[in-house]
Amino acid sequence: MHEDLNWAIGGEAGDGIDSTGKIFAQALSRAGRHVFTSKDFASRIRGGYTAYKVRTSVDEVKSVVDRLDVLIALTERTVDENMDELHEGSVIIYDGERSTMEDLEIPEGMVGLSVPLQRLAEDAGGAIMANVVALGAACEVANFPIENLDESLEKRFGDKGEAIVENNKQAARLGQEYVAEEYDHDFDYDLETTDNDYVLLNGDEAIGMGAIAAGCRFYSGYPITPATDVMEYLTGRIDQYGGKVVQAEDELSAINMALGAARAGARAMTATSGPGIDLMTETFGLVATSETPLVICDVMRSGPSTGMPTKQEQGDLNMTLYGGHGEIPRFVVAPTTVAECFWKTVEAFNYAEKYQTPVFLVADLAMAVTEQTFEPETFDMDEVEIERGKVVDEDEIDSWLDERDRFQPHFPTADGVSPRAFPGTEDGAHMTTGLEHDELGRRTEETEVRVEQVDKRQRKVETAKEQEDWDYREFGNPDADTLVISWGSNEGAMNEALALLDDRGHDVRFLSVPYIFPRPDLTEEVKAAEDVIVVECNATGQFADVIEHDVLERVKRVNKYTGVRFKADELATEIEDAIAGEATEQEVQA
Amino acid sequence: MSSETRFVDFKSDKQPTWCPGCGDFGTMNGMMKALAQSGNDPDNTFVVAGIGCSGKIGTYMHSYALHGVHGRALPVGIGVKLANPDLEVMVAGGDGDGYSIGAGHFVHAVRRNVDMTYVVMDNRIYGLTKGQASPTSREDFETSTTPDGANMPPVNPLALAFASGATFIAQSFSSDAQRHAEIVQKAVEHDGFGFVNVYSPCVTFNDVDTYDYFRDSIVDLADEDHDPTDVDDAKEKILEGDKEYMGVIYQDDNSVPYEEREGIDENMAEIPDGAPEDAMDLVREFY
Repeated sequence: MHEDLNWAIGGEAGDGIDSTGKIFAQALSRAGRHVFTSKDFASRIRGGYTAYKVRTSVDEVKSVVDRLDVLIALTERTVDENMDELHEGSVIIYDGERSTMEDLEIPEGMVGLSVPLQRLAEDAGGAIMANVVALGAACEVANFPIENLDESLEKRFGDKGEAIVENNKQAARLGQEYVAEEYDHDFDYDLETTDNDYVLLNGDEAIGMGAIAAGCRFYSGYPITPATDVMEYLTGRIDQYGGKVVQAEDELSAINMALGAARAGARAMTATSGPGIDLMTETFGLVATSETPLVICDVMRSGPSTGMPTKQEQGDLNMTLYGGHGEIPRFVVAPTTVAECFWKTVEAFNYAEKYQTPVFLVADLAMAVTEQTFEPETFDMDEVEIERGKVVDEDEIDSWLDERDRFQPHFPTADGVSPRAFPGTEDGAHMTTGLEHDELGRRTEETEVRVEQVDKRQRKVETAKEQEDWDYREFGNPDADTLVISWGSNEGAMNEALALLDDRGHDVRFLSVPYIFPRPDLTEEVKAAEDVIVVECNATGQFADVIEHDVLERVKRVNKYTGVRFKADELATEIEDAIAGEATEQEVQA
Repeated sequence: MSSETRFVDFKSDKQPTWCPGCGDFGTMNGMMKALAQSGNDPDNTFVVAGIGCSGKIGTYMHSYALHGVHGRALPVGIGVKLANPDLEVMVAGGDGDGYSIGAGHFVHAVRRNVDMTYVVMDNRIYGLTKGQASPTSREDFETSTTPDGANMPPVNPLALAFASGATFIAQSFSSDAQRHAEIVQKAVEHDGFGFVNVYSPCVTFNDVDTYDYFRDSIVDLADEDHDPTDVDDAKEKILEGDKEYMGVIYQDDNSVPYEEREGIDENMAEIPDGAPEDAMDLVREFY
């Protein structure tokens, strides 16, 4: 008997899969259970299969596993799609009265519960509530008190009126009662509830919330999967704090609007995914040379080109590190968990303003769309610090004027950071340009000034390297011979894999790196280990390349580019294989 | 301060490198006069310039300014204005910047109707790259890259603006200093997106659309019995391809700027030292 339950609802896109799954996830969260959700958009077969998966436990859950215990299958295909994860004893809930489902064959060893979802929904007031009937049935299977569903049903349907809410509650109960009466079976699950209060949110929402907390007041963007949730979260909410979300005509416009707002002194941000980053690349250099603080968020998805828009990948590391012509000083920060999406967003705004640079906030799809539970104190707003850097007001402006009383926005200071005067500041009028410029922001091609300005912009990066803490997050045994390094959302799966590896007799040290540039120097850590394995969701090992470049030593690579995130148990096996020296595809090619 | 502001206050001490006789001198002077006359001063003004000969304007004027990426001046201007609606925002660019690489932004900036001014220095040629066809070049205009003519009709910028729902459409001529300044000032004072297409001749590369040509062809709407608030009359004039009108062709008196419709009135630069006081409410929403 596992301590966690893995539950899913699957069907065709348009069947209300997402909202039904979310109702269940919220109910679990409200009942004081931890939840980790994931979404399936399978592409093995053409069509619109989609699933919402929930892993829940009273202990914290940080990843998905290769096991499905309870499945609500609205289509036959849902069962086929999940055959790898279903196991002996798995329960499949389906509507055997539907013509499309009456021939469903329940695989041997599994328990099929045919529940007349549609008929019971009609009894409760409408066939549209069939999914809620299924939720009630699932509650009975999982031994989860049905009352826990009520609050999330209210949250979901409250704006449709009391009658609708009551009908849904009734639908859930009909499903529950049907299973209780028709199936005399001990399902052996017991979803214990606790008094804990958790919040349930995904990475995109955490980024949006982090932006508001950090004082971001201007967001311009163009909708794109999987970054749209950031924009939708901010819409309406940022207004309450005097801010605005603007939907631009394209990403070229989005980044330039944000740049304009930042020149006006606002903390500004745009978020997009790979195809949008391609367009925005045009403006990266301008942001850097005009020394404008800007947060550019890339929620990565499978590429190249249109790729697999709803699938996981960490393929844009090189793009965010090196994208754009010429040499562009920049920072690249990549949160490693849903909660860190919040905190790294706060940091990103501080780096942007302190060093007047573009800051890339790089998240990935797996984290962006994953809803996860946290204690509310995880997002303690009192801990949010805002550092605006060298903003100069009217009283201080005199000390930054040249001998002819002209403000010097690119004055080559010792730390490389120049004064910043917001428009409207008296005597601060100045220009800046994407052309190489002098300290006044005026075009120049004079050798000395060119070198001085390039050096000064580079010096900001050196200053930041010295002044900020670019550390990794460490897990496992610090003295282990095996060192695993990863970035982005793999942290959760790897953390759970550590326990599995420990069970199998492998001692592992794990470093999760949220700073891609500037980044921690891992030379000592790599030299101290016997096996160094870099885990990432891409085919070529972009972060592994960076580490090899830093430490001048080869590392082993575990790569996944199927479009699906690492699962904890799968990752443990991959690490074991790497330790055993089984060549990865990458090494064979090399 | 603003009451004492003169147009020379908007002039920087950098000498323009435009060719002697370039229309851009007159275009810029008129912009500076319009800004001063409408009560602005350099410290509350933000000028955004595109790429091309016109893009140099940010250097020769004195104000807060950004000279950005080719074609993207309008989005920058929109961002500035929305972040701090107290600022006077003026965007300047050329016909290539506005009607070719930035044409998409032009359409949507017009639709959005943010309270700002857009001055297009239209010389019907690419000057900075030494004489190639522009989107407003004549169909038979022969250049180094179009030896047999452009073989496409020119864009009608006024019609493009009109079709996009413009609330202010005007045209002026850089050489008619007084009228040009007056027209730009009206655009500045318009509550919304004030668009002025300025005939700004290129004396080096365009031997067709010359000062003489414009002087002979221009019809000043001030001399006609034209009511810019009459939408049908405006439409007719805009679609007449064979006339070079000067003046305010269309103005919607009921225009309400985007920022007003959206309730944006704060300076977004002003934020607290930490998270907003009630920010824990944002967390509780996720219960």
